Amino acid sequence: MKLCHRLFQSSVGAKMLMAITGLMLTGFVLVHMSGNLILYAGPEKFNAYAHGIKSLGALLWLMRGGLLATFVLHVYLAIKLTIENKAARPVPYAYEATIQATAASRFMIHTGLMMLVFVIYHLAHYTFKIVSPEISALAPGDAYAMVVTGFSSPAVSGFYILAMAALSAHLRHGVSSLFQSLGLYHGNLNPITEKLGPIVASIVFFGFSSIPLAVLMGAIK
Amino acid sequence: MDITLHVWRQKNAKSQGKMEVIEGKNISEDSSFLEMLDTVNETLQESGVEPIAFDHDCREGICGMCSLVINGEPHGPEYGTTTCQLHMRSFKNGQHIFIEPWRAKAFPILRDLIVDRGAFDRIQQAGGFVSVNVGSPQDANCIPVPKQDADKAFDAAVCIGCGACVAACKNASPMLFVAAKVSQLSLLPQGKPEREKRVLAMVDQMKAEGFGNCTNQYECEAACPKEISVEHIARMNREYFRAAALEESPKEGHGGE
Repeated sequence: MKLCHRLFQSSVGAKMLMAITGLMLTGFVLVHMSGNLILYAGPEKFNAYAHGIKSLGALLWLMRGGLLATFVLHVYLAIKLTIENKAARPVPYAYEATIQATAASRFMIHTGLMMLVFVIYHLAHYTFKIVSPEISALAPGDAYAMVVTGFSSPAVSGFYILAMAALSAHLRHGVSSLFQSLGLYHGNLNPITEKLGPIVASIVFFGFSSIPLAVLMGAIK
Repeated sequence: MDITLHVWRQKNAKSQGKMEVIEGKNISEDSSFLEMLDTVNETLQESGVEPIAFDHDCREGICGMCSLVINGEPHGPEYGTTTCQLHMRSFKNGQHIFIEPWRAKAFPILRDLIVDRGAFDRIQQAGGFVSVNVGSPQDANCIPVPKQDADKAFDAAVCIGCGACVAACKNASPMLFVAAKVSQLSLLPQGKPEREKRVLAMVDQMKAEGFGNCTNQYECEAACPKEISVEHIARMNREYFRAAALEESPKEGHGGE
């Protein structure tokens, strides 16, 4: 159990857990996005996909449980590490300068907490259906209509797009950085890992945001 | 050239410090940053003001004693340069220059710009050494070291322990320092017997001193006067995980290697 203690309590171990949980969550985000893009194939295909997920039964609950545990661990460690980091420099510099750190890397906790708020809203909106009466009034199996109804409000769509911008910024640093935390630094690998963050960030932003935009512009009805 | 300094003044470890404005007149462009401070201090002394206290020793960029965060950057704006090797020609006439001590909970301020870097000594003492039997010295070439390993170890061994990595890090983390020491010794055959114990102990001590955690922003690498690469941090991460895993399943017959 010493290994467990080392992973959770030490600086290097906690960063490794952040990297592993971050990688898993990124995997989820990419799968989720790919699923969402089925919307463009029409209501029948999308509703069949949504029904397919619902009929996984016990496996679905296992996946949900694993995802929740991963998410909670990632958020818990992020908050714990940030508190330690803030405590390590109690007096700030009078002249604050940044030599090369990216803006994305400096606002990880902010974009991360925005994601936490977003995930709670998102679940309340589409999973528990307690945010808008129009969605709770829809037929239970019609996921397609749910998305279209939800995103026909410009305010809701705007919030989703904003949240995706935050997620994108988070992934821009996170995806590139997790390799370093896991010790994967290599002359031949670095050009790829450096670009992977920005690439994944762009794919995720445009992939997700295209849907509320398409609904607002009437391309998806 | 004339400059305006904004300097952190603090009487001792217990007192409250604050930024003070001090004018620097007739400074030679060819003087080093520390020589500029010497000149300013002479003027201060003549007018009965306590001179600015700052750390310095060799003044040739190899001892790791000089520090100073200059306009927000440890060791000032020049890349791969210690403060003592920084010259006033890097600044403009009439410029405002902010001079602050290394800022970290683990580096308490002793006076003005001098901080106590004893935390680094304690991290080093936790595992940054090799144990050898005393006696007559061995022949220099009796332990073969592959050229590539020797080169990599040397890249890490150039660390002078100045603490600029901590000062530059947004989280006041000393990962680059600790990684340089772990990396240097774990690459060499002399460091192998204590390889696992070393990395675990040094990372533990780093935490015990109250330093922050690495967030891979590489401010340390940019500020390091010895241009040490964050590659060493990745190696330390690997070393740490390897050691933690081996600790879990100890080999049969302790000390058998």
